[in-house]
Amino acid sequence: MRPSGSRASLLALAAALAALPLVLANNYTYEVAILVGLNAITCVGLNLLVGYAGQISLGHAGFFGLGAYGSALLAARYGWPPLVSLPAAVAAVGVLAWAIGRPILRLRGHYLAMATLGFGVIVSIVLSIEDRVTGGPDGMAVPPLQVLGFTLQGERIWYWVVAAVLLAAVWLAQNLVDSPHGRALRALHGSETAAAALGVDAARHKLFVFVLSALFAATAGGLAAHYAGFITPAKASFLHSIELVTMVVFGGMASTAGALVGAAVLTTLPQLLTMLKEYEMVVLGAVLMGTMIFMPRGIVPTLEKVLAAARRKPD
Amino acid sequence: MLTQYLLSGLTSGAIYALVALGFALVYNASHVVNFAQGEFVMIGGMAAAVLVEAGLPLPLSIAISIAGATAVGLLLEKLAIEPARNASVVALIIITIGASILLRGLATLVWDKKIHRLPAFSGEAPLSLGGATLLPQVLWVLGVSAAAVAALTWFFRRTLAGKAMLAVSHNRLAAELMGISVRRTLAASFALSAALGALAGVLIAPIAFTSWDSGVMLGLKGFAAAMLGGLGSSAGAVLGGLALGLVEAIGAGYLSSAYKDVFAFLIILAALVLLPQGLLGRGAAERV
Repeated sequence: MRPSGSRASLLALAAALAALPLVLANNYTYEVAILVGLNAITCVGLNLLVGYAGQISLGHAGFFGLGAYGSALLAARYGWPPLVSLPAAVAAVGVLAWAIGRPILRLRGHYLAMATLGFGVIVSIVLSIEDRVTGGPDGMAVPPLQVLGFTLQGERIWYWVVAAVLLAAVWLAQNLVDSPHGRALRALHGSETAAAALGVDAARHKLFVFVLSALFAATAGGLAAHYAGFITPAKASFLHSIELVTMVVFGGMASTAGALVGAAVLTTLPQLLTMLKEYEMVVLGAVLMGTMIFMPRGIVPTLEKVLAAARRKPD
Repeated sequence: MLTQYLLSGLTSGAIYALVALGFALVYNASHVVNFAQGEFVMIGGMAAAVLVEAGLPLPLSIAISIAGATAVGLLLEKLAIEPARNASVVALIIITIGASILLRGLATLVWDKKIHRLPAFSGEAPLSLGGATLLPQVLWVLGVSAAAVAALTWFFRRTLAGKAMLAVSHNRLAAELMGISVRRTLAASFALSAALGALAGVLIAPIAFTSWDSGVMLGLKGFAAAMLGGLGSSAGAVLGGLALGLVEAIGAGYLSSAYKDVFAFLIILAALVLLPQGLLGRGAAERV
C-alpha cells in the first residue's frame, strides 16, 4: 500500500527479470518465459478491473485478439510499419472499450459477466468468419516488429522487449493502485452504493479501469502477434478469456504479485503437461476447482497470510 | 421459407430453453451460475450415442445416459459447490468453469474426440408441412421439451419437494426455519438441472450430432437465454430460449448463416443494456 513498498517490489521484479535469463537454458524456455510475460501484462491490467474494482470480465481475450489482429492487419495489408500499427491498434481498442464499456458497465455480477462474454464471443466468431481479411480459423502471418531499421527477431531479443513492457505495466498499475483513483476503485469493490454515497463517481472510475485493462490486453496481443509472426482466432476465444481470468483469480485478486504468479504458473503448467497431453484438460480443470475451493483468495494472499502467521509465532 | 426458419428456430429454441431452465433451477437454489451446464448436454448426447453404438437399445441408452448425467450433477454439487458455500461470485464462476473443463477432459478420456451421432427416435424420412420439410426428430424435440416444461410446472406447483425448492429460492433462511433441508434442495436442483441438460443433449444429438466439445456453445446459449428471460425465472428461461432460437434462425435465413451465433449474442447484449432485468425477471434490490 505504501509507495515505498511498491517501489521496492518494482525493483525486486526488475531484478528477477534481469536474473531470469541466467536460468533459461534454451530457446524453448525463453519462449515459455515470453508467453508468461505476455499473459502477465494482460493479467496485471485485468487484475485492476477484477481484483481491485470488483468487475468481472469474461471477454478480455477479445481485446487481446483485436490488438493482435488490428496491428497485424494494418502492417500486413496496409503496409504500416509495426511500430506505428501496434500503438494505433491499441488506441483503437481503447476507443472500442470505452464505447462498449459505457453501456455495459452499468450491469453487475452475472449480467456483466454475460455482456463481456457476449462481446468476446462475437469478436472471436467475426475473426473466424471474415476469412478473406483475417485468414479465418487458420490464422494469418504477421510481419515482424522493426525498430530503427532493426528487425526484432529471436527469443533472446523478445525476452527483453516483453520484460520491459511488463515492468512498465506493473509500474503503471502500482501507481494507479496507490493513487486516490485506486482507493476509489477499492471502495467500489466493497460497495458501489456506499462508494457513490461518499462522492465516488462509480461510472467514471469503472470505465477508466475497464479501458485501461483493455489497453493492457491489446498491447500484449499486438506484441504476441508480432513476436510469433502468426495469429489465430483462438487467441480471442472464450477459453482464452477464461484462462486470463483464471490466472488473476488463481494468483490472488487485488494483488499485482498475484497476477504475475498466476500468469507464470498457469502458462507454464500446460507446457509441463504436454507430456501428459491426454490428461491436460482434466488436470487444468481440477487445478482450477481445487484452488478456488481450498484457497478462494488465491495463492499469493493465502501464502502471505501463512507467512505472516508463521512470523508472528516465534515471538 | 419463413415456416422453415420458424421451425428450425423453434427446434434450437426448445433446446436452449431446456438448458436455460437448468441454469434457472440451479441459480434459484444456490445463486450459482453453473457454467458446467452445457457439459450435461454433452454427457447426455455422448453417453447415449456411445451406448447405442455398443449395441444397447435406444430407450435404454437414453435412460442410462440421463441417469448418468444426473449422478454427475449430484457429484458436482457435493464435491465442488457445497465445500465452496461461502465463496464469492467470481470464485463460483471459476469453480464451475473448472468443472466444465474437467468434464470435457474426462469425456475425451472415457470416450474419444470423434463426432458421434445418435439415431433419430422414429425414422429419418422428412415430413412436409405447409411447404416446409421437417425431420420427425424435430417433433420429438418440440413435444418432449413441452412435456418437460409441463412436468416441471406441475412439480413446482403441486408437489411438496417442488414447493420446498421454490421456498428456498425465495428466502433461504425462512425455508430453513420451516424445516426444509436446504442442502437436500441444493442437491435436488443440481440433479434436476443435470437431467434436463442431458435430456436436451439426447433430443438434439440426432440432428446436430455430438462430440466432447459440443456442450460449450449450447451452454453459453443456454446462459444467454436464461439471461434474456431474466435470471432465475423459469417462464423467462423458456421464453428466452425460444426467442433466442427464433432470432438466430431468422437472422441466419435472411441475413447470413455464418453470423448465426453473432446474432444470438448481439441480441443478448442489446437486451442486457435495454432491459437489464430480462424479459420476465424480477427487479433485484441490492443490499448495501
